[in-house]
Order: sequence, then C-alpha cells, then structure tokens
Amino acid sequence: MSKLIAAAKQEGTLNVIALPPTWANYGAIIADFQKKYGIKVNSALPDGSSQQEVNAVKTENGTAKAPDVLDIGMAVALANTSLFAPYQVSTWADIPAAQKDAGALWYQDYGGYMAVGYSSKFGTITSLSQLLGPKFKNAVALNGNPTSANAALNGVMMASLAEGGSASSIADGVSFFQKLKAAGNFSPVQATGATIKAGTTPVVFNWDYLNLPSYVGVSNWKVFIPSNAVLGGYYAQAINKNAPHPAAARLWEEFLYSQDVAGGQNLWLEGGARPVEQPAMSSNGSLNGAAAGKLPTVSGTPVFLSATQATDAANYLAANWAKAVG
Amino acid sequence: MAAVTSLGETPITAQARVPRGMQSRRRRRLNVFRYVVFTLFGLFFILPPLAMLRFSLEGAKLGTWSVTAWRQIASYQGSGIPPLLSAIEISLELAVITCAVTLVLLVPTMIWIRLRVQWISRTFEFLCLLPLTIPAIVLVVGLGPIYNKIQHFSLSALMLFWVYVILALPYAYRALAAGLGAIDVTTLSEAARSLGASWLSVMTRVIVPNMRQAILNALLLTTALVLGEFTIAYLLLYNNLQAELYSISRNTPNAGVLFSTATAALLFAFVLLLILSFAGRRRRGRG
Amino acid sequence: MAAAATTETGARPSRAGRRRSIPAVAGTFPFLGYVAVFLLWPTGIVVVDALKNPNGSWAVSNITELGNPLVRGYFIGSFKLCLLTSVLGAVLGAVLAYAVASGNPDGVVRKLYLSASGVLAQNGGVTLAFAFLVLVGPVGLLFHASWFYQFPWGIGLIYTYFQVPLMVLVFLPAIDGLKVQWREASESLGASAWQYWRYVGGPLLAPAFLGATLLLFANALSAFATIEAWENQIAYVVPQQISTALSSEVGLSNVNVADLLALGMVITVAIVMTAYALLQRRAARWLR
Repeated sequence: MSKLIAAAKQEGTLNVIALPPTWANYGAIIADFQKKYGIKVNSALPDGSSQQEVNAVKTENGTAKAPDVLDIGMAVALANTSLFAPYQVSTWADIPAAQKDAGALWYQDYGGYMAVGYSSKFGTITSLSQLLGPKFKNAVALNGNPTSANAALNGVMMASLAEGGSASSIADGVSFFQKLKAAGNFSPVQATGATIKAGTTPVVFNWDYLNLPSYVGVSNWKVFIPSNAVLGGYYAQAINKNAPHPAAARLWEEFLYSQDVAGGQNLWLEGGARPVEQPAMSSNGSLNGAAAGKLPTVSGTPVFLSATQATDAANYLAANWAKAVG
Repeated sequence: MAAVTSLGETPITAQARVPRGMQSRRRRRLNVFRYVVFTLFGLFFILPPLAMLRFSLEGAKLGTWSVTAWRQIASYQGSGIPPLLSAIEISLELAVITCAVTLVLLVPTMIWIRLRVQWISRTFEFLCLLPLTIPAIVLVVGLGPIYNKIQHFSLSALMLFWVYVILALPYAYRALAAGLGAIDVTTLSEAARSLGASWLSVMTRVIVPNMRQAILNALLLTTALVLGEFTIAYLLLYNNLQAELYSISRNTPNAGVLFSTATAALLFAFVLLLILSFAGRRRRGRG
Repeated sequence: MAAAATTETGARPSRAGRRRSIPAVAGTFPFLGYVAVFLLWPTGIVVVDALKNPNGSWAVSNITELGNPLVRGYFIGSFKLCLLTSVLGAVLGAVLAYAVASGNPDGVVRKLYLSASGVLAQNGGVTLAFAFLVLVGPVGLLFHASWFYQFPWGIGLIYTYFQVPLMVLVFLPAIDGLKVQWREASESLGASAWQYWRYVGGPLLAPAFLGATLLLFANALSAFATIEAWENQIAYVVPQQISTALSSEVGLSNVNVADLLALGMVITVAIVMTAYALLQRRAARWLR
C-alpha cells in the first residue's frame, strides 16, 4: 500500500469524470483525497452520463486527459468490460459477491432507492396516485430522459412497481406517466437545483441521495419512498485499462473503499447514499452510525433490476415513451 | 412604365402631381411605425436579460437582495470543478484566435479568388455555407478521431479554434463577401499592379483598407459565435464558458452565479459589438 | 500580365492565358486543405458510419431506417418547431429590419439594434432557457402559463428570441439595397404605399426574404443546446435523439443510429440550403 501511495504521488494527477460535487458527497470526497495525498484531481464533465464517460475513454485513449477511473451505471459497465483493468481493493472481501465482477473488472460502489422528492407546500405524500390530483399541475418531473438516463428509467420503473407491476415490465410505469400527462401534471422541464428553487419543478423523481434537502438546496423539501415500490440501484467503479495515471487510479479506489471514519465509504454515507460495504461495516463497527440513521427509512423488500430486466425496460421505453408523454 | 426605367430621376412634370403634404405624412407614419416596433421588440429582447439580472441579485431567500453572485464570478469554484474565471479566459482567448485565423484564412483567399480564380467561386461559396448544413452535434461525432490526434500534441481547450473557424465560415463569408462585392476589386488591383505593386501590397494596402466595415462585421459575428458555442465544446469534453455554465446549472442549487455570469457575458458581448460598430465608418449605398 | 488579360477579355481572367509554373488556383489550397480536414473528413466519417453496423460491417440498408415511424416522429417534431420559428422569426425579423433600415444609417439606434442582434443571434443554450424559466415559471416575473410547457409553443417562443435577430442580420442588407429612388419614383407616379410594396418592394425582396426564412429553418433544425437545457425528458426533435443515441446510459446508445439520424439531418438541411443559395443568387442580381 505504501508503495502504491508513493507511485501515485509520483504521478501527481488523477483524471476523474462525471462526478458532480453534490452527487453523493463527491465534492468532499475529491477534496479530501486531494488533501490527504497531495494528488491533483482533474474533474471533467461533471454532469456527463455513464455512456459519455465510456465515450471519453475511447476518444481520449492514449492522451494524458483520458479518464483514469469511472463511476458508471450497471448497463454501461456490463457492456464495456473490455475497457477496464482488473483490480481488487484491499477490502475486496467485504463487497458482497453479487455486487462485483468475478474477474474484478467492475465493483459496485454505492446505491440508493428511487424516491419522490417534493416541496412541503404539498403537505405529505403517502402514495403515488396523489400525484394525479389537480394541485400538482405541471409539477412532476423526472431526472432526465428515461431512454437516456439511468435515474429516469428507474423513476419510471418505480412508478411501475407502485402501480402493481413487476420488475420485468415497465409498461405500467409508462402508463402512469401517460395519466400524469393527461392530467396536465407532467412537467417535461429538466429538473435541476435551480428549477426546484424557482419552483418550476416542485416534485422530482430521483435517487434518494439526490433528493436530500442539502443537494436540492431548498429547506422545505421532503422525500417519499412508496412502501410497495422500493427500487434500488447501485453504480459501479472501474479502472481504465489505459489509464494515464494507473497508480493514482488504484489509490483512488483504495480511498473509496476504505472503511476509515473519513474514508470513501463513510463519506458516501454522509452524502445519503448506501455504500456497498455497509453490511460488513455495520458488523465490524466502522459504519458512521449517525449518518446511517439519517437515511430515509424504507419498508418493504427492495427490488434490484437484473441486466435483462433493465434491457427490456429500455427497449420498451425506446418504442413507447415519446408516444405516451410527448 | 416609362418613368420607372429612369431610375434616380423624377420627371419634372410628375412632380406637380405629388400632393404637398404626402412626403411629410409618410414620414410621420413611418416614424410612428418605427417607434412602435422599436418599443415592442426592445421590450421583448430586454425582458429575459432583465429577469436574469433580477435573479442574479437574489439573496439566499427569495425576496432578499445580494451581490454575492456577481462577486462569485471571479471566485466561483465547486470543489473539483475548474474555476469559472478560467473558462471565461479560455472563451475570450478562443474568440481572439478564431477571429485571427478566420480572417487570415478567408480574406486573402476571397480576394485571390475574386482576382485570379473566379471559376472556383461557386464551389468556394458552397464550402463556406456547408457548415450551416452540418449541425454541430453531427460534426462532433466525426471530429472525435481528429481531436484524439490533436490531443496528443496539446490538451489545451484552445485547440477548439480549429473547428470554431469552420463554424464561423458561413457568417464571416457573408460579411466579407458583402464588403468585397461593394468595391471594384479588379480596377483597383489593376491600377495598383500597373503602378508596380506586388500582389501582397495589393491585398494589404489597397483592398483590405476598403473592406474595413466588412472585416469588422466578420469579427463581430465570429466573436459572438465563439462566446456562445456550447455543443462541440461540451461533447468534446472541453471547458469553455457555455459548457461551464451548463455544469454549474446542473450542479448547484444556488443558481445565482449562473445568472450573474450569463448576464455579464451578454453585456460584455453587447458592449464589445457596440464599440466595434462605432469604430467602423459606414459606407452609404452603392447607388 | 494577368491584369492585361483582364482588360482584354472583360472581368473573367482567361485560364488559357499565360502559363505559370504554379497555377493560380494553388492560392486557394490552404483554405481547401483546412476545410477538407476539419469539415469534409468528419462529415465523411458520419455519413459512412451511418451505413455501417456497430461491428463495422456495411449495412447500406440502414438508410431505410429513416422511414421508421419512430424516426419519422422525431423529424416531424423538428419540422413543426422549425416551421413555426422560422416563419414567426422571419416575419417579425423583417418588420424589425425594415424599422432599423429606414432610419439614420449612422444613427445610434441602428448600431444598438445591430449589436444586439449580433449578440442575441448566438445566444442560446442554458442561459436562454434559464432566462425564460425565471420569466414564466410559477414564481416567474411575468406570468405562469401551462401552454408554455407544451411542445412546440414554449420552446418555439424561446427559439424566436434568437431567430428574430438572425433574420435582422441576414435580411437587413437586402432592405438596404432597396434604392430610395425607386420609392420616390413610384410615389411621384401616384402609387400608394400598399401599391409600392405589392408591385415593387415586395417582389424585389421576396427572394431574399424566402432565402432568409430558409436560413432560419436550417438554424432551428440544428439547434440543440437550448432545447436540451429546457425540456429533456422527452426527445422531441432530432438533435435530442442524436444526443440520446450518443450518450444513453441505459443500453440504447448506438453510434451508428446517431450517424444515421445525422445523415437524415444533413440531407434535409442540404435541400433547404440549396434552395436558399439559389434564392440568394436571384436576390443578389437585383440588389447589387
């Protein structure tokens, strides 16, 4: 490990991509890493999608600007394993087997549950069907286009589960949004911190760690996860096979998976996301209890989409989404 | 009708038929029309920037006022994101480089074509208008491999100028062509050549000074284009002003700095263009 | 001397004139080379990849995909938006251009409006979308209208914000070219303003006006940043779908589809721009 640190410090730089500072506390994670090791972190394209990360790896291949490490959605990770270098972090054993690649090409890092964040001016929401009511005119938004963005696709899937459907078909979710649109409640405006603050999108379907009041920036923001639709999703880490700074890349991964009180896993927890090593950490006592207590409570069994379910959902959306809500 | 063919001359006999008050009545109607149009359009154009200004002075709670957003332009830096100021610098430098390269590329070529290679002018015009046909988002897909090679030489965002020159071609071409078309290039160059001037002298000392207004126009349009360009910089993963603003808009709940920067960028470009337009002397009519 | 050749044979220098060791056309090589590398080659890549499969093999039949109802839907969406904003922008812009042109040519008003047009024609993207957001949102300064979120009305209004200045920039030279004497002549013959425009001014300006409208159409078709920053939960227009095809992270990313849509756009805009070029040439004849 000390050899790794020395080699990384020699390289002196790390290229990361698509890590918004307010996404799962990445701002603090990047700052802490820089301070701890004195390695400069270049953060490119903060709001890029997972696919854009992979595109960047391909287009910038061989240059000093290419991304060293990736934080991507599962669909993109599984489709691009040929670009990754295998690496096992020192806490490898604490990552559940189902959440890492056997060949160590990718490994899940943090996740959350799909939630509905909303302004408290609407009172308290206890079920999704309330969103079809008249006081939500032009109010409900997703985080992006479901045929493009992972968070949006899961938003529609969560609606599907809440409507009584199963994870193998997203059709009920699409028809929910169709009903929303017919009632005049669906807002196609891109939901960002600014639109929420301006009041244009007071109801947003997004991961629970992105629906924190601190992320959203308005204090009267509440979060609701339907009890019959607990849809979870994890992202994954990977190292670029042709990383310009291979040692720094591996040190970054060690930092992210470190179970120290100030290590990556706990920092993600403070950002409202559930770190992948959470079960192991809560048994060995390294989990930040206070932060864990602040996570939204979920009742009901969490559902995780399998690769085929995700692909089927995407294909269904490609054919039907624009028609339903356009 | 016989009278129309004699342009520029009003038959004396016809003059008597014109009612005395008609000219002034037309003038008055025209002025009313102009005032109405300028007011309506002025309102339409000024409202969005005014709204941006209003929100840029917004405090932490709706309804309070504060100039923090304006002060943040120089100091804004989300951790890990490059500072806003460097993105502004890059865009400004890009504007200068793009203008210079565009002029150096276009002006001599256009003069040369006009003088010596006129048969190619149709093709030239087509090529200059082609960038309008190919949307930026299409171009950037094909530019990937080329920029990969460029990035082996330099990682600077200033390398964007290569493609910005192409984007500016249609606008610069139109401005320069209008200016070039207004002067009698052949006579001027013949006169200069017969007095012993070299081709270079003909271009730089005879023709270009007569194209001052057109060159200024081309500069204005190119600058505005570079300052406003987003798609290519964003998809090639460079940090110019617009891409930086987009990142900020997506990643900060306090959008104040977004509005202040946008307002500042607009104001800056507008003042710049206004100054440049006063600097050029306008030539009236070719009648 | 080439100059001598010009005076003998008129404005067109004869190619069969003096033999030089380097042909004169070599003077255009720097320009041609630059354009070839940074414009023609990327376009070529896009066109070629449109007809290939993801694994690299040829699939010329891909082009029939352009008739697919989903793809047609995106093009129809684009057309609706482009038609609305180009006609609206052209008419409004022409009115404004006339107001500017009929004033003092060295006056402040003209300079003000021209500078504003130069800036606003390029002003799009996230800042413009945001400006309208703060004007027309629920806590907006002006009013809150739910029709604003419907495609293509709201985004059409936003597009008009940069279409009108572009129209002014493009159309003003044409109005400037209308000689004062023509108006005076027609008035001295007793024609009313309406008759002047109907028989003299209108027909003279028509090619330039139509050409400028086509330019606005092409401009709206290619616009991406503004609508992406405004409404991006549904792909209404082709550029948005190209962006989805390039950067979708749910497994729907396909560079060849992106290229195919791009090819469709290129064909459409090529048709529009050819018509524009022909009209411009016709307009130039009258107003030179």
